[in-house]
Amino acid sequence: MVRLNVSLCGNELDNPVIPASGTFGYGYEYADLYDINILGTFSFKGTTKEPRFGNPTPRIAECYSGMINAVGLQNPGVEKVITEELPKLSKCFDKKVMANVGGFSVDEYVYTAKKLDECDQVGWIEVNISCPNVHGGGIAFGTSPENAAIITKAVKEAVEKPVIVKLSPNVTDIVAIAKAVEDAGADGISLINTMLGMRIDLRTKKPVIANKMGGFSGPAIFPVALRMVYQVSSAVDIPVIGMGGVSTAEDVIEMMLAGATAVQIGAANLVDPYVCKDIIEKLPQVMDKYNINNLNEIIGGAK
Amino acid sequence: MKQGMFKIAENAALTQNVYKMQLVGDVSDITASGQFINIKLDGLYLRRPISVYDCDENSVTIIYKVVGKGTQQMSKMKIGEQLDVLTGLGNGYDTSLCENHAVLLGGGVGVPPLYMLAKELISQNKKVIVVLGFNTKDEVFCDEDFKALGADVIVTTVDGSYGVKGFVTDALPNDYDHFFTCGPEPMLKAVYKATNKSGQFSFEERMGCGFGACMGCSCKTITGYKRICKDGPVLLKEEILW
Repeated sequence: MVRLNVSLCGNELDNPVIPASGTFGYGYEYADLYDINILGTFSFKGTTKEPRFGNPTPRIAECYSGMINAVGLQNPGVEKVITEELPKLSKCFDKKVMANVGGFSVDEYVYTAKKLDECDQVGWIEVNISCPNVHGGGIAFGTSPENAAIITKAVKEAVEKPVIVKLSPNVTDIVAIAKAVEDAGADGISLINTMLGMRIDLRTKKPVIANKMGGFSGPAIFPVALRMVYQVSSAVDIPVIGMGGVSTAEDVIEMMLAGATAVQIGAANLVDPYVCKDIIEKLPQVMDKYNINNLNEIIGGAK
Repeated sequence: MKQGMFKIAENAALTQNVYKMQLVGDVSDITASGQFINIKLDGLYLRRPISVYDCDENSVTIIYKVVGKGTQQMSKMKIGEQLDVLTGLGNGYDTSLCENHAVLLGGGVGVPPLYMLAKELISQNKKVIVVLGFNTKDEVFCDEDFKALGADVIVTTVDGSYGVKGFVTDALPNDYDHFFTCGPEPMLKAVYKATNKSGQFSFEERMGCGFGACMGCSCKTITGYKRICKDGPVLLKEEILW
């Protein structure tokens, strides 16, 4: 349907709906439920150079209108992703996928991004410099404009496909970081990753999560995410992918009005596995209700 | 896995804080004992994973203990009310690994998934001994249900107020070829140490999605990383790292 089409860094999407990394595995769990080719695309599980188990359990805590996770980038490593996960995905997904890349050093980011860039199935490289759940990597690059620029530049020089940098909200000035990655050559920006949060179990009087803190996501963070998407998209000229608590077709439209070109859906997939399908089906109705002819017309419309 | 709306046909207390709920709906994706369902509740973000006690052509029955907000809310629901449920989650027990003589060991709310398992094993003409462990007499439930199936039932209580005094491992029979167990982790570890026979353990973990997408409930095993919700909750004794 033409009225849902958007263009993301040179690649056309049938619609702006993109399941977010870490909530959609490598796609095939959901392909058992519905035809995932209806999606704009999806961002696969954050992938690192080496295989990672991640953090000890419990890794999950519930909150009012959301959840905290401290998975810690569990993934089979880039080699296995390429030899095992992507071939499985090719059986159920014909579109280009967004490859989410994590790391602990500039070299690791570059190595992993380069390997994934060589895969035909990959349409975009999403560089995660904002994971709150691993020490000494990820977010260490995402909290200073200088480091964010170093990673962006290094990955950009190593790959041919569009590079989207995923930003953390756990910073003093997200606009400064967004501008730094834009200046360093990023083709797009996605935000927000989860907010650092915590819960304590009154029975044990200790943190619920083994890693003590984790990333807070879900509808509770939507207003914060929307505000940051608005601020960042006002300050940069590259496309912005909005995410953070998006759960309905109305939320997608709100994110786009704030300045998002496309929208990622994260935690909602874990609670309602059909949520992205539902959103895509409901978008035309909600657009009619609010007199929106074409989604491209509303990007940044609230400014 | 299937998502569907289920109508409550029964929701009754078995003990002071353990309830039995029968849910009518499409149960076609429930394929093995030891699987679980994941229930959405108003006002709570994450679903509540609860093991399957029994299942027939058009309904699934669960037995749950009130431990927090979610299960408390469930306990107050009335017959006829509807719930959004994901069914057919988890691998379940593999009865083919038991030749002809099984021991089933359950502790507290680890008892319910053993009921459908006992039914399956008995229908395969296998001999079934069930050892059910509780803290005290007032907490005992379901022992009569297992007897009605034709299983030999031993109940243990920690304080000795009913059945054998002690833990399930204090009443472990000698003559069997395979065991199946579900209960709190200290009990599972005690069972692991108490026997050198082969068996299957059902695990519990805090879950995000319940269907393998979020990696929230991963554990390390001899055969690699496994997700309790999707590759488990049942693991073979041989693959557990204890």
